[in-house]
Amino acid sequence: MSRVKELQKSLFGGTTSNARQFGMIFTLVAIVLLFQILTDGLTLSPGNLISLVSQYSYILILAIGMLMVIVAGHIDLSVGSIAAFVGIVVANIMQDYSVPWFLAILIGLAVGAVIGAWQGFWVAYVGVPAFIVTLAGMMLFRGGNQFIGNADTIPVPEGFRKIGAGFLPEIGPNTGYNNLTLLLGLVICVAVVVREWRGRATRREMQAEVAPMWISVIRVAIPLVVVVFATLQFAGGRVGTSFPISGIILGVLVVIYGFVTRNTAGGRHIYAVGGNARAAELSGVKLKRVNFLVMMNMSVLAALAGMIFVARSAASGPQDGIGWELDAIAAVFVGGAAVSGGLGTISGSIVGGLVMAVLNNGLQLMGVGSDRVQIIKGVVLLLAVALDAYNKKQGRFSVIDSLMRPFRRDTPTGAESPAEAGQERGKSPVAG
Amino acid sequence: MSGAPVLLEMRSITKEFPGVKALSDVNLVVRAGEIHAIAGENGAGKSTLMKVLSGVYPYGTYSGEILYQGTESRFSDIRASEHAGIVIIHQELALVPGMSITENIFLGNEPGRGGVIDWKIANRRATELMAQVGLEEDPDTLIKDIGVGKQQLVEIAKAFAKDVKLLILDEPTAALNEADSQHLLDLLRGFKLQGITSIIISHKLNEIAQVADSITILRDGRTIETLDIKADGVDEDRIVRGMVGRELHSRFPDHTPNIGEVFFEVRDWTVRHPISAERLVAKHSGFTVRRGEIVGFAGLMGAGRTELAMSLFGRSYGTYVSGQIFKDGEEIVLKSVSDAIEHGLAYVSEDRKAIGLNLLDDIKTSMVAAKLSKISKHGVVDQVQEYQAAESYRKSLRVKAPTVDEGVTKLSGGNQQKVVLAKWMFTDPDLLILDEPTRGIDVGAKYEIYGIIQRLADQGKGVIVISSELPELIGLCDRIYTVFEGTITGEILRKDADPELLMKQMTSVKKAQRA
Ligand SMILES: Nc1ncnc2c1ncn2[C@@H]1O[C@H](COP(=O)(O)OP(=O)(O)OP(=O)(O)O)[C@@H](O)[C@H]1O
Ligand SMILES: [Mg+2]
Repeated sequence: MSRVKELQKSLFGGTTSNARQFGMIFTLVAIVLLFQILTDGLTLSPGNLISLVSQYSYILILAIGMLMVIVAGHIDLSVGSIAAFVGIVVANIMQDYSVPWFLAILIGLAVGAVIGAWQGFWVAYVGVPAFIVTLAGMMLFRGGNQFIGNADTIPVPEGFRKIGAGFLPEIGPNTGYNNLTLLLGLVICVAVVVREWRGRATRREMQAEVAPMWISVIRVAIPLVVVVFATLQFAGGRVGTSFPISGIILGVLVVIYGFVTRNTAGGRHIYAVGGNARAAELSGVKLKRVNFLVMMNMSVLAALAGMIFVARSAASGPQDGIGWELDAIAAVFVGGAAVSGGLGTISGSIVGGLVMAVLNNGLQLMGVGSDRVQIIKGVVLLLAVALDAYNKKQGRFSVIDSLMRPFRRDTPTGAESPAEAGQERGKSPVAG
Repeated sequence: MSGAPVLLEMRSITKEFPGVKALSDVNLVVRAGEIHAIAGENGAGKSTLMKVLSGVYPYGTYSGEILYQGTESRFSDIRASEHAGIVIIHQELALVPGMSITENIFLGNEPGRGGVIDWKIANRRATELMAQVGLEEDPDTLIKDIGVGKQQLVEIAKAFAKDVKLLILDEPTAALNEADSQHLLDLLRGFKLQGITSIIISHKLNEIAQVADSITILRDGRTIETLDIKADGVDEDRIVRGMVGRELHSRFPDHTPNIGEVFFEVRDWTVRHPISAERLVAKHSGFTVRRGEIVGFAGLMGAGRTELAMSLFGRSYGTYVSGQIFKDGEEIVLKSVSDAIEHGLAYVSEDRKAIGLNLLDDIKTSMVAAKLSKISKHGVVDQVQEYQAAESYRKSLRVKAPTVDEGVTKLSGGNQQKVVLAKWMFTDPDLLILDEPTRGIDVGAKYEIYGIIQRLADQGKGVIVISSELPELIGLCDRIYTVFEGTITGEILRKDADPELLMKQMTSVKKAQRA
């Protein structure tokens, strides 16, 4: 094994397969640095970072749900329409019935759950392919949005706007920074250290090989540098702005769903269903229930994303959420999930989503028109996945499918060539 | 055979996968017109060697050279090797279930002009090819509607459509019953007369001894020896010695059963076929299992043993019509697989790749998959316990893998089977149903698996073994039921069991005992 590989291996986990996440993060860093140079430092400026987060948090929230849908072997085309539908319902009840905003949020989530149950019912219990059910849902709820809103926009009240346009408030002594953002950064730093430390303890407890200390130091040091830098940028922006509330919602969801997919029985069942449904069923996994919950969960997250968007733009309109499903799906696939299901991670999808977001944002900063941005994004999506496919076919280190499941859920290494994948009845990842 | 010219020579072939050296310096010499067998334990590198030969692993991904018909060949893919007349039939069949026999035979090789298939030629050629391999079936029949034996023949017909000179068969008879296997071996002999050379990989050593002219034995990715079957007087024991590197005195471990009282009973079990409702796959079947007992189910392919077992296991197959299950004297109703697991049943399926394993998983995840509750608290999986449980199975079952973090696709067939066994042992079952537990498994590993089965029985569990190999049932089981077309036609104690008697009851309903 070459030195580089060995280093990758030790930096990113116990098994060779974990080394794959290396390339993914590497890609993101490269893109960020590239735009940092091309935009003369605008990309990493506080103002831009803040708007990046608030502008893409709802897409990333969708990507979380979409990852689980795709891992289970389905797809959801209706998320944009559901987001728009819930947005208009919530705006409407707040305007016409003066429902308080926090209650409206709960109602919005409940509407999402009902819609999700509806779609999950068709997918799981009737057996209609999710592609069809959600294609129908896409039309149904887009129409529903325009029906309720009379194809018009409805404004939302101030309190509600916080979830989309709000920031961590200024409290405490004047330090020249936003204190809560600093605190948040500190908490994340501690979490990074504790996580690594506990990871080591776990490996030791398993009596498995533990990486040398210096590896752990690097694994902690690099994220710490990033977090400290980001904290200072977010905390040091224009007064009144700081880390967006929507970013916090996203962060909490990533932590929760990351844990659920990685460490719980329920999460494993999703992967099992997507990897081999029949085998999962014969192992006692309740196939229908898993499919139902995955579809339902997606709609709840879509409802949340829709409300955050409405809050951010201060009104709900008939064009909300158009094309979101495609952005979310792109994030998941750039993040290394397999079209055929069973593979992919939350963190991978988030990184994939960030790659697309930074690309979009950087091009905009450079003054590239939205027409050309679309073209470039399309080409990047295709090339990213194609390069990955090519690398896999050559049996080389794969760049995009370099996902992280700190201790599990990686593509087993030695991914097969297509010919072999066929007869081994293996799953070919999106790329292969 | 030693006089015939050399058709193929593979010289010091080395093939590495990340972290595993599957082949190191392997040499293989095959003479024109012979049937050359390749034997070796699971994971010895047999399939890998054949994949190198047939271009699945293209030139450049291995080292060493391939001399074919006197010239060095560098195949860039399967098409290139097929062009040279080398056709491989893989361990797992590669047919499209929803297409007809004709369509499958010519898939990727369609006769016609400008991309338009000439169905007249195709049908005529298909009929010829089918006659050549002795397949009597309507060429328009869909693949999914014919049995494995016939599917295997379609694969061979497909190879013949490609003008084959060297035919490679990777465990062609693993899933076939005795009659179908015999038919296939006869075919190979016929091909020899037509001048076609064959390479056959098999774990059924009696077949090798019967049909092959010479044999190359691999062990741990190295060539051990090449023998001439007749000249060297090779028999099964000789092959085993080469494979495992020592004498194996018996095929079954010694075992004194310690049989207790009946604890599991099935009465009047009747199940309908999932699609054609008028067909019954199990007809008023009843049987018992005692604690510490190994019970065999003998029957021809398609007799309904798998269907019976799966329908018992949480109604995983067909539509329930009638019947009761009793465990420890009480009736239990198993409406789902999780009910069945909860009540201490485990079913190890015959098709580990299609329905036994999630091939995307690693070893540890696979091993604990059927009873996550055992290692989780409030739904959160304890990774330490998971790792330790998997490690202990890896060691006790001697799964050939460096760690349990390894992906299961990387394992050879026998080791995958051990992973599946571990997966169900982990559920602590009272009744373990094993469907073809040693299919595609080498003699050494079989011995180990028999040992594992016996130890499970000694712990007071009941074990049901479904097998198409009569010697296996006779050697392993304390009692054997015979099944014919969904009906249990007989019950034979170990001391009375002999192949002829079993065969008779497996093929007739005369002695059918209605519950
Ligand atoms: N794609 C792969 N990636 C990594 N290792 C592999 C791969 N394929 C095979 N191996 C390893 O190479 C070795 C040889 O495997 P191979 O499939 O050739 O064995 P085999 O002799 O055909 O065994 P069996 O009788 O079980 O079919 C095994 O150790 C296996 O784990
Ligand atoms: Mg093999």
